[in-house]
Formats: sequence, C-alpha cells, structure tokens
Amino acid sequence: MPHHTVFEAKIEHLQILDENGNLDKKLAKDTLNNDQVLYLYEQMRVCRALDDIAFKLQRSGRMGTYPQNKGQEANAVGSALAMTKGNDWIVPSYRENAALFMHGMPMHMVIQYWMGDERGSQFPADLNMTPLSVPIGTHMLHAVGIAWSMKQRKEADRAVITYFGDGATSEGDFHNAMNFASVMQVPTIFYCQNNSWAISLPFEKQMNSATVAQKAIAYDMPTIRVDGNDIFAVYKATQDARKRAIEGGGPSFIEGVTYRLADHTTADDASRYRDPKELDEWIERDPLIRTRKYMESVGIWDDKKQEELDTRAEKIVKEVIEAAISVPAPNKSDFFDYMYAELPEDLRKQRDTMRTTSIGQNPSQIGLKAQPQNA
Amino acid sequence: MAVQTLVGAITSTLDQALAADKDIILLGEDIGVNGGVFRATDGLYAKHGEDRVVSTPLDETGIMGTAIGLAIAGMKSIPEIQFEGFLGPAYDQLVNHAARMRTRTRGAVTVPMTVRVPVGGGIHAPELHSDSPESIYVHSPGVKVVMPCTPYDAKGLLNSAIADPDPVIFFEPKRVYRTFKEEVPDEHYTIPIGEAKVVSEGEDLTLVTWGATVFQALEAIDNLPEDVSVELIDLRSIYPFDMDTIAESVRKTGRCVIAHEAPLTCGMGAEISARVMEECFLHLEAPVQRVAGFDTIMPYYKLENDYLPEAPRILQGIKECLAY
Repeated sequence: MPHHTVFEAKIEHLQILDENGNLDKKLAKDTLNNDQVLYLYEQMRVCRALDDIAFKLQRSGRMGTYPQNKGQEANAVGSALAMTKGNDWIVPSYRENAALFMHGMPMHMVIQYWMGDERGSQFPADLNMTPLSVPIGTHMLHAVGIAWSMKQRKEADRAVITYFGDGATSEGDFHNAMNFASVMQVPTIFYCQNNSWAISLPFEKQMNSATVAQKAIAYDMPTIRVDGNDIFAVYKATQDARKRAIEGGGPSFIEGVTYRLADHTTADDASRYRDPKELDEWIERDPLIRTRKYMESVGIWDDKKQEELDTRAEKIVKEVIEAAISVPAPNKSDFFDYMYAELPEDLRKQRDTMRTTSIGQNPSQIGLKAQPQNA
Repeated sequence: MAVQTLVGAITSTLDQALAADKDIILLGEDIGVNGGVFRATDGLYAKHGEDRVVSTPLDETGIMGTAIGLAIAGMKSIPEIQFEGFLGPAYDQLVNHAARMRTRTRGAVTVPMTVRVPVGGGIHAPELHSDSPESIYVHSPGVKVVMPCTPYDAKGLLNSAIADPDPVIFFEPKRVYRTFKEEVPDEHYTIPIGEAKVVSEGEDLTLVTWGATVFQALEAIDNLPEDVSVELIDLRSIYPFDMDTIAESVRKTGRCVIAHEAPLTCGMGAEISARVMEECFLHLEAPVQRVAGFDTIMPYYKLENDYLPEAPRILQGIKECLAY
C-alpha cells in the first residue's frame, strides 16, 4: 500500500443545556444536581455584578483598565467546580474571575490588583494558584511544569487547569506547552475560552482552522469542543478531563465556545470593529439567561428568588469594592521589598533613600545629613 | 579532595545535589543519556534516573517555562540552555515571568530555579554559540547572574545558586571548561553570590574581569614589567556584584581597567565604570579604561580572537591607563 491514510481525526461538540434552557437529560446524567446549578448560577450572577461595578469604577476614574468577564462566566464556573479546591491548581489568564473566587481567592484582591496594586496577587497561603497573567499565552507552560511536579512526586488525585483565549493559541508558547504536556504526559487541562475575538481580530482571521480543539490533535491529546455558555457541558468535559488526568491519562484539551459580551477591556471600544447584530445574537445565548430558564423549568427558581439574588449580589460586590478601596496604600518601599528574598545592598540603598544618585544616597559627601525618605 | 576541571566540578556538584535533595530536577536538551553536548551531566542519567535528568523536546521556551512551573510548585528546577545564543526563545519566560513572579505576588509565588548556560567565545564554535549576554540579564531586575571561571568557584557558586530562593543564571565559560584542573573539596561548600575574588594583589592598577577573560588578564599581567603590580579582581557574581571590593582596590591603586567579552556599549564595564567614578572620584589618577568586545556581531571563529579582549589588548589597555 504505497499511498494510504495513516491518521484520521474528528472533533466532537457537546451541548447539554441549549439556549432555551432545555436540558438533554441523558447527557446530563451524573453531571450537575440542582444544588450545584443554583450554586453556579449564583457565582455567575455575582461575577456579573462585579463586572458591572468595576466598569463603573473605571469610567468614574477610580480604577484602571479592567477586562470584563461578561458572557463567558459559564466556562469559569463549570470547569472550576469540576476541579478540587485546595488540591488542584489553577493557572489563569485574566477572564475567569469566578473560577478564582470559587477556589478561594478573596474577591476584593482581584479588584485591588486592577486598581494598580500588586498586593492583590499576594494570595493567602495554600491557595493553589498563579497570578493573573498579562502576557498572552505564556502562562500555560507553568501549568505544565506544576503538573509535571505532581507526576514527579507521584501525587495521585491532583491536576492543573489553565485558562486562555482563542487569541493565545496563535502564540508559540501555547504550542510549546501543548507539546511538553503531551510528551511528558502530565495532568494538565487546557481550557480555551474561545470568545471569537482577539481584541479586534475575529476568529477566522486568527486561524484557518475550523475549531481550536483540533489543534490538540497534533499533540495526540483528547480534545473536545463544548458550548461554553452551557454549565452542564463545561462541567462534564472538565470532569472527564480531570478523571483522565488523575488516572494517568495525561493532558486534555477543552474548547469552550463562548462570546465576549463586553469590550476587550475598559480601554477598548468594540463598536469600532464588531457588528452589533453579532452582539445581539450572543446576548440571547447569555449563560445566565439559559441557566435561569432551566431552573425555572424545573421549579427551583422564580422572580422572587431572582430579586433576592440580585440584592445579595449587589450587597456582596459593594462590600468587595469597599474592601478593595479601604486597603491602606502600600509603602513606597513595597516595590523594592520583594525583588529578592534578600535585598542586595545596592537595592537597599535605593530603597532607603529613594534616590539613584550617589550623592543623594550619601549626602555626607557634600557635607549634608542623610534624610530618610522611605515612609 | 579530587582534582577536577570546571565542567567536572559542575557534574559532581549536580550529582551531589541530586543525591541530597529529591526535589531537584534537571531538564534540558540532550542532557540525559547523552550527558549534554559539553558532557556536563555525564553519568547523571544513569545514576539518578530518566525522571530526574530529563532530556526534553528541542524547545528552550518550553524548558524555561516548565522549569518555572516546577519551581512554583516547590521543586528545585535546574534547566540547561545548550548555548547562550539560544536564550532568546526563553527570554520572555525568564524575564517576564521568572524574574517578576516574587515581586508581582509580593512573595506569595516564587521561582527557585538555577538556569545553567555555557557562555562566551574562544572555542571555534558555530555562529550564535559564542556570545556574552550577561549584561542583558543584569538589566532585568529579579534574576541573579553569576559566572565562575575556576572549578573551585564553580562548585561553591553552583551550590549557592541551587540553594537560592530566587532565579539564578549560572553562566559557564565554555572556553575554560577543560583547560585546567584544580583541587575541589569533596564535601558540600558554598561561595556567597555577590562576592568578588581578589586573584592577585597589587598597588598600581585594578583590573576587573570575569569568566574566561580572567585567564587572558593573567597572561597580560605576566607580560608587564616586573615593577608594575596589578590587582586582579574576578567578579564571579555579575549581579549582585561586589562593588565594595572593587572600590576598595581602586581607592588604593587609583587606576582601573575593566575587561569583558561582551560588547562595549552598555556592557557591565559601563556600570562598573560609572560606579568607580561615583565611589572613587577623588582617588582616580586616570579615566577608567574598558577593554571589551566590539559593538559588532560576535564574528564567526576565523576572526573571533580579533573580537575578544585577548591578553595583548588587555596589556595595551593597562599600559595606556598607567601612562595617563
């Protein structure tokens, strides 16, 4: 057989809860129970409220650039629930706030971070998380390294999930991470939030592939495309991937098809490049709307409960913002103090004097007394 | 006490480190069964196993990125980048992640990692196998940079680098990997990062250098008239660096020459020269002189000795500084 097929591939798509709130009961078996659905809905609602208030804070000049999560929350909550809090690791990008909150990140710290204060990434001890990653697509390698340590130390029942967008899959480091994970067969779950846009560049101009999920085929990685606005499908795919990971089956890839209902960040204006009709179509597929429809259809939700949740969410985020704002300003020396475990002498001089000139650092050279600058 | 080459001292130090600490993992291209292209990990794969001395895919970005992840999770990763010319793909991981992690999490997440990198010219190597990029990483806050040039110092500084809670780039001057042997104690010892070594004491001029250039400096000193005495300082740690030892010496001699393989402009010589001017201004008898690589691309090996600060050029620099 001189000419024959040596490899064939296909990509499967999973949707369990459709846009109208109809659940495929057969596929939903062993996924989310009603209590979990209520919990995830609340997480999404609070995250949405936080986005809204963060947007207002930025517009009123009280916060810097902020990337809204709006429309993508089901990816974060469904996948985070399938991971084990305090045991598994999360290696985030910056559009999966709810996953961080569900795994123990105090909410006000994310706001503190976007308010320009790195102490927002000074996680409490034992939080298995890396900080939000600003450069695109370079953090997935850390997830592979962390998962590698689990394999090396024979820590069964542990896995790592890393989040990134469709845009990140154009970066070289994405492919570096996929290949390393595949070669080393480490327990990493690659979760791509395909929101259709890399800032202003639409999916079809980012890649000539029909799906992101198929990129994993080159690395012989189990891969699936799911409806990313469907908490059941997201949960199921992540649950399967985690099971495979802890049983020694290596890494998996999940493409959650979703949509960024907001601008890329508060510094962006999507109306410059995005057809409003497209946005309108996706507003109808909002994960909160369909989850609510489902909850109402099975009799676990009504308008009164929604009102109570709306009120609760407003209260929570108000307290979160107050907590973030009331954090005392950092010491001037804060940006020196953690450069190294032990500060080198020249940095100590810079910190203590807040001067870089040698005379400024040692005014006795011109007969002046040194004045402590650091407070 | 064993008599070892520089590369031999590195191998035995890694061997001891692997034996002493289960959390240490070596990763890099061809470092496993092949023992590395310079044989720096020779025999370690057989002794410690393929899961601790790991030949990775040919991917410097991946090596650095996963080494960071391993370190974040509490392991001590020791990645090898095969030649300094291939640090480029790993630069983003090293500078934008490893170097920043402690400060951007205010100490919550750290990267205790030792990056081993053969460095410098003089071995008739292919293009991109002979550069001296140390000052690039000195200009990247958050990493430490060391470059020992003797077997004894290599062991002591490698042990310090491995024990360091922050990322350290451990540059190995490949030109002196096998040029000489010296006695290296069998037991574990450290040389603190940030301490220079006075190789020879002198009264007339301070010569500061590091890496393979130390041996060119010694040759230059040998060719000076007998009545001239030069104080030779091997910097060893490029960041943090031991300005106190340099300043003390220059205040004594009044003259300073700095020699390094890296290009002149914005090389470490520029920084040391500025600091000598700041700290020894009234003691200087002559302008600080820099004998360095030129501000050109490091030439392929037919002309590499014309580029490098070899002994005759250092000798000339010393004489000119003394004549001022």
